[in-house]
Amino acid sequence: MQGPGFLEQLEEALPGAVVGRNLEAIDPWVEVAPERIADVCRWLAKSSPVRFDSLQCITAVDWCEPDPKKAAKVSWQPHLEMVYHLWSTPARVSLVVKANLPRWKADVPGQPPEIPSVCGVWRGANWHEREVYDLSGVWFTGHPDLRRILCPEDWEGYPLRKDYEMPLDYHGIRGR
Amino acid sequence: MASMVDDDPRIIEFDVRTDEMLVNMGPQHPSTHGVLRLVLRTDGEVVSEVEPHIGYLHRCAEKIGENLTHRQFIPYTDRMDYLAAMNMNLGWAIAVEKLMKYQVSEKARHLRVLIAELNRIASHLVGMGAYGLDLGTFSPFLYAFREREKILDLFEEACGARLTYSYITVGGLTADLPPGWLQRCEAFLDQFEPVIKEYHALLTTNAIFVKRTANIGVMSPELAIEYGCSGPVLRGSGVDQDMRRDGEAIYTAMYEGYAFEVAVMKDGHYPRDRDYPAVPADAVLGDCWHRFFVRMLEVVQSMDLVRQSIDRYSACKGPLGEPLKLTEKMPAGDAYLETECPKGQMGFYIVSDGSAIPWRARARSSSFSNLAVAHELCRGCLIADVPAIVGSLDIVMGEIDR
Repeated sequence: MQGPGFLEQLEEALPGAVVGRNLEAIDPWVEVAPERIADVCRWLAKSSPVRFDSLQCITAVDWCEPDPKKAAKVSWQPHLEMVYHLWSTPARVSLVVKANLPRWKADVPGQPPEIPSVCGVWRGANWHEREVYDLSGVWFTGHPDLRRILCPEDWEGYPLRKDYEMPLDYHGIRGR
Repeated sequence: MASMVDDDPRIIEFDVRTDEMLVNMGPQHPSTHGVLRLVLRTDGEVVSEVEPHIGYLHRCAEKIGENLTHRQFIPYTDRMDYLAAMNMNLGWAIAVEKLMKYQVSEKARHLRVLIAELNRIASHLVGMGAYGLDLGTFSPFLYAFREREKILDLFEEACGARLTYSYITVGGLTADLPPGWLQRCEAFLDQFEPVIKEYHALLTTNAIFVKRTANIGVMSPELAIEYGCSGPVLRGSGVDQDMRRDGEAIYTAMYEGYAFEVAVMKDGHYPRDRDYPAVPADAVLGDCWHRFFVRMLEVVQSMDLVRQSIDRYSACKGPLGEPLKLTEKMPAGDAYLETECPKGQMGFYIVSDGSAIPWRARARSSSFSNLAVAHELCRGCLIADVPAIVGSLDIVMGEIDR
């Protein structure tokens, strides 16, 4: 992770894309506007002084407390956090990019929120995005082949959402 | 010129174009390393597209991780890469320790190196033996399992299990080694060292093996990096990267003071390559042969590391230390850590809300990224080369599907 100078270059190249940062965290991270994620990643991979040529991992973290008693005590609003772990092979440094999404598109439960795909930046993102779509329910716009990867194609719901409920029955197989 | 056309089967095949056919390989095909299904689009013998279908072994490990404390999750990491369960335990344990800013004792550190490197040998032996099976030779598999059995015996003595160990855990290890274990381990290494020559005679220099692997499935370093490949698959393409040397401080500190050279070709030479068979004339950097050879070199490298760690471990006077309590609370925050497992870089990402149970437990699998590149490598190859290419990636489905 490079110092603030590196971030200033990013802000200069893409004004308004970076909306937050925490450089004191265990893994320092920058937060970007979700609709700019593909532009930021393309800049980081192709134009940045440290070329982040490898995508290690894409994760979605569901910030939602289904228990209303506990939900009253939490300090955050329900949202979905996208976490991108990047790695630079020449410089051997890592970078964490985050983006916050609403839990559902237009607040309609069951409608996955949308974020631009980074498949055009790293081809390896293809399967990672399919996995996030499958388990966490995020729609990656511009993905060439977005369908479930681990669960069966006719599976319903997104298992890694905190309010997910295991189906009672799947093709005659008892669920719980 | 005519002879060149004869040599390249693809040119002949394209002369007589046949109807495209979809061939289903797996999920129970013996050469797919577990329940992997490949759908091949073929034109005669030539494969035009390969589509892997995964998920047959999905066991919701990440969801389970959100319902257990950090230490209770250790047995589930065993079942990810079940051929290198010690390395999986280690990856999760260090990721949690990174989040908790916890440092294990010096003795535990050396014991971890010892155990993890011994498991790397076992995993590469399976990789080598199973690769022989993929290519139609049965004997190397038996030779490999004969030695692996001895490593499993050592593990059984140390922790009671032969496959899913849960030995390395958050904050240290569950138990110290039994008396006399180090001597038995050294005896194994002394006996194992000359055996490696047999493996090179059986596979590395075997004319049929070289014909089946050299210049097959060539992967450029750029392609490997873009797909996030790691481990021997990445180093087989000539990229000099090993998390034990290049990783994060908390992980590289474990190997501090250890002498090892990353098994990667530099200026046309592998480290210490005078001890090993020469690279065949047909082999190209990034092909199946090089991926296989990097694994064979890492077996020797790991043996060296085990020897070094035995010395250091026995020189440690202090106590091993107790692992953390099952319900020890983690600070709020998140941490991501990649460790160098035998199959590649295994990453664990933990998000904590301040309790002992992770809010999110994410496992980034090396085999997942390594398999994702398979369709690029198989484009235009022969059907018989598909097992050779997929086998050279040395994947484990338990880790891909989690």
